[in-house]
Amino acid sequence: MSTAFKDRVDIALTVNGEEVEARVPAGRHLIDFLRLDLGLMGAHASCEHGVCGACTVKVDGLAVRGCLMLAAQADGAQVWTIEGLSDTAAVADLQAAFVARNALQCGFCTPGMLVTAEELLSSGTVPDRATIREHLSGNYCRCTGYEAIIDAVETVAKARAAKGAA
Amino acid sequence: MKASVGGYARATDLRHAHDLLAASDGLGRVLAGGQSLIAAMNMRLSVGDMLVDISRIEALRGVVVEGGRIRIGALTRHAEIGADPAVAAHAPLLRDATDLIAHAAIRNRGTIGGALAHADPAAEFPACVLALGATLHLSGPEGERDVAANDFFIDVFETAIEDGEILTAISLPVAEPGERQIIRELSRRSGDYAMAGICLVRRAAGHRVTAISVGPRPVLATAAMARLDAGDHAGAVAALRAEIDPPSDTQASAAYRRHLSGVLLERALAALDGEAL
Repeated sequence: MSTAFKDRVDIALTVNGEEVEARVPAGRHLIDFLRLDLGLMGAHASCEHGVCGACTVKVDGLAVRGCLMLAAQADGAQVWTIEGLSDTAAVADLQAAFVARNALQCGFCTPGMLVTAEELLSSGTVPDRATIREHLSGNYCRCTGYEAIIDAVETVAKARAAKGAA
Repeated sequence: MKASVGGYARATDLRHAHDLLAASDGLGRVLAGGQSLIAAMNMRLSVGDMLVDISRIEALRGVVVEGGRIRIGALTRHAEIGADPAVAAHAPLLRDATDLIAHAAIRNRGTIGGALAHADPAAEFPACVLALGATLHLSGPEGERDVAANDFFIDVFETAIEDGEILTAISLPVAEPGERQIIRELSRRSGDYAMAGICLVRRAAGHRVTAISVGPRPVLATAAMARLDAGDHAGAVAALRAEIDPPSDTQASAAYRRHLSGVLLERALAALDGEAL
């Protein structure tokens, strides 16, 4: 077998603004690298086949499934998890709106919901409810019935627009 | 579950990718966006693969319009296709399809080449390129060859790609003035695999209809196309239902899929006539 193929891969990336170097098994998911190797337990590993959205993190500015990307593929990438987005207050208004509107109960889906919602709102527009619902369609919540989540995201979209216009 | 991977190598260019595949003792598997392959590996449907990661070969990415054809690199991501003005102008079926493919986070990484090479009969892009009569461009150790979409899809997850070959791009004629391209599908949850879907293309030369999720590969509905060319809409719907042989599974029974396919063709035809359904 060719030595070109590695069963452990050296990677260097930034996670939440900090440089990280690691040697990871070739099949290590990005989400497991973040959770198990770096101890960033905010994003959750759940269905592990891309359906539930609980593992959603940002890679090079885009929301992606942490379970459908290998850590080896994140070499050179900029990765942000809910921990970093919380620390920088990038999603502080969304988090406050989720609390105010009871847009979570058990909270398992919330980190993925916040990353997904943040990507939608980063376009700077005020999406209508149907657009919000569509954008969040890949994130399962088994507690809330979604209405409160849509409310919270809509509230923040309007508040950001008003703040931008003021 | 966790993926079981034999090894990983990142290709720097197409030649390197071919060298890696040649060195993989037949275990090589091309990794692009990974949105189907990694899910399959997680479910242990594919075990021990020697992954050849082509996702950073920039030459395989992007959209070019030249000589009356639009060429889309295999690594162009769904979200990029959805936002590309040339795709919207010249292949609106592909643009509209991206709204139906999975969810935003998956569209951010999934690639058109990956979707076509994976050849899931429930996926949108295979049916789209069949409806559009696209050409798929393959690169192998002995050179390049082109395969018509009609000859590309063989069975569930099986295509005309031979061992050692890599899908590099697709190309298709730009839409004619007045050409219409419509996709309609129904799924249990927005973004889930369709229970049934229809692509409808109307050109000066005639109609083309393909059906999603009703067989082991996307179906070119030639009987329905002939009825549409004759101006017989009701006959086309009946012909479509007669010529497909959909499977039954936990999502939908064969009879329900057959019914839905006809309903979706009716809706696509209504959209052709300007009705929003």
